[in-house]
Amino acid sequence: MQKFAIVAFAGLTALAVQAAGATEPVRLAFVDPLSGPLASSGQLGLNHYRFAADEINAKGGVLGGRKLEIVPFDSKASPQEAILILKRLADEGFHFVSQGNSSAVAAAIVDAVDKNNARDPAKTMVYLNYSAVDPALTNDKCSYWHFRFDSEVDMKTAAMTEFMARNAALKKVYLINQDYSFGRAVGEASRKMLGQKRADIEIVGDEYHPLVKIKDFAPYIAKIKASGAQAVMTGNFGADLTLLVKAAKDAGLEVDWYTYYSSLLGAVTAIGDAGVDRVYELTEWHENIDNPELSAFADAYKAQLKDDWRYMRVRTMLNMFAQALDKAGSDDPRKVAAALDNATYKSPLGDVVMQAENHQLLQPQYVTVLARGGKHDLEGTGIGRKTVAAFTAGQTELPTTCKMKRPD
Amino acid sequence: MTGLLALSLLNGLAYGLLLFLLSSGLTLIFSMMGVLNFAHASFYMLGAYLAYQISQVTGFWVGLVLAPLAVAALGALVERYGLRQVHRHGHVAELLFTFGLAFLIEEIVQLVWGRAAVEFPLPAPLREPLFMLGGIAYPVYRVFMMAVAVGCFLALLALLKRTRVGLVVQAALTHPRMVGMLGHNVPLVFMSVFAVGAGLAGLAGVIGGSALVTEPAMARELGPIVFVVVVVGGLGSIGGAFIASLAIGVLQTLAIGFDVPLGDALASLGVATSKSGNLAELWSVTLAQIAPLLPYLLLILVLIVRPRGIAGRRDL
Repeated sequence: MQKFAIVAFAGLTALAVQAAGATEPVRLAFVDPLSGPLASSGQLGLNHYRFAADEINAKGGVLGGRKLEIVPFDSKASPQEAILILKRLADEGFHFVSQGNSSAVAAAIVDAVDKNNARDPAKTMVYLNYSAVDPALTNDKCSYWHFRFDSEVDMKTAAMTEFMARNAALKKVYLINQDYSFGRAVGEASRKMLGQKRADIEIVGDEYHPLVKIKDFAPYIAKIKASGAQAVMTGNFGADLTLLVKAAKDAGLEVDWYTYYSSLLGAVTAIGDAGVDRVYELTEWHENIDNPELSAFADAYKAQLKDDWRYMRVRTMLNMFAQALDKAGSDDPRKVAAALDNATYKSPLGDVVMQAENHQLLQPQYVTVLARGGKHDLEGTGIGRKTVAAFTAGQTELPTTCKMKRPD
Repeated sequence: MTGLLALSLLNGLAYGLLLFLLSSGLTLIFSMMGVLNFAHASFYMLGAYLAYQISQVTGFWVGLVLAPLAVAALGALVERYGLRQVHRHGHVAELLFTFGLAFLIEEIVQLVWGRAAVEFPLPAPLREPLFMLGGIAYPVYRVFMMAVAVGCFLALLALLKRTRVGLVVQAALTHPRMVGMLGHNVPLVFMSVFAVGAGLAGLAGVIGGSALVTEPAMARELGPIVFVVVVVGGLGSIGGAFIASLAIGVLQTLAIGFDVPLGDALASLGVATSKSGNLAELWSVTLAQIAPLLPYLLLILVLIVRPRGIAGRRDL
């Protein structure tokens, strides 16, 4: 049903666009799961896109008065579905596509965009990635048409393990991750980097569980307990994280958690006070960073959507997109891609850079821990995050194996 | 290690008993009416969502009672005005009917309650730890879950084996025409069985939804495993379904708790596997990773080796 609605909607916008001429909006296709088990993640992303685009539009839009328009498509978290959508987007004249949930889908889109652009330059597409963080996408499988605005797994893990290594009392760590490309990348990076930084830390468990299929994590919690782990490190997100911490709380498991997505979708509500001083998260922004511009922005989102603002990188991305459109002076995707290549953007938290050699954004990263008593909280729990370590954009840079093929 | 084993067994039992609660109704319906009810897990989901809705107003306990009753009533309506009409066109029509119904219910649930999971927590007293085992708290709700399932099992057994109603139900199972000739209202018996089956699924939904998660995908994810229980347990056998549920629950949980690479597991069974070559990758996959596959492996084995299941009275 929703699909028909979207098609009809897209069709209507296409008509409206023809009538409106030069004031037509610049369309960005948002392709993410809007049904199925990951729907809540997709919907969260869509809300963020729309709100950040509204902010840009309220300030006068792009290219001298044109609006940014976010057009949603349901990928159902399936690479096949995403490729079908991409074909349709090319036919309907979309030049800019964005996605974030699932690195498997991201890899399929990178591949399809590359082929599409080689086959039909008139229908060139540029892919803006806000969340799919498999390192391969900016290394072996890198593409000129793909721009990543979230730090990839190796960068995140490098920062997180750097922070963990400072804790001399930490001796036993349990790794648990989702069994697919992203989870595997987290698990392998964690094991390797912990080993390099602190050979004395023992990896007492290295678990991969099926993606979004486990409803009862109690057996895994029993195993973590039996391993004697002091800390659990996980890249889990969505239901896989919420159910994991919920089961840990029910079982009274007392360990530290090193995570990348624990501020999302009810995880803080689920874990509550059991997570205070115990749940660490690596993030590009959090609600208690003292920056008036971003705080006002996040507060406005909360007032409008009755939910917390989470992905500051979405705002960064859309602002860089707008900046690139203005610099290119047109919505020609080839010119916009050239303008994004090596672009610098003055974010309220400092300059961020789109690396030319692999199109990976370098941005500041923060290690946070859940705490009570901060100015802002998450999900109305009274519990929010506070910074325990900060890394500058430059400190997160890693060497890349990308050999980028640039267009002539 | 013994602590982990005991805990894994307890967790397996709790999961298995939840499966039993869910599949006992399907066993009844399947054996009695010959209907492979694809929408059975949808009643499970409806139970969870209705209880969530009711508990917003009245609290958990009223929801626990009212939601299964509402689902049972809905089941009765589905049988009376849906299945009974479709029945005259044969089993394939019935199967397709329930197949469509499952999708319909999922879409309706998404329309009403949204696509994301809803917050449907257990009441605080149930979340308290009951006892400690190997340093892990065992929460009250798991025991509660087991008690409800065992209670339902005993009640069903008593109803089927010890009462006049059970006698009629059992007779209608094999000789519906004869039972009809004797003046019993066979359509009413069928409708009641369908309602009770749906209600049991609804009850499982209230408990499973609040203990685990209430989301639109919960039916689709548990749907297939319910058929495994029914087939492995044997058609028409509540006792068989009980044993099969426990076996599947414990099997899956132990596979997670004591995972070893497949190659090592086979080696301990006396089957040699090579650490190199094309299959090396396969043998390095651990039991925990394939835990969700094990029930389906069991299903296939049972169908090949013993099609009537553990305690079935006739072959599938």
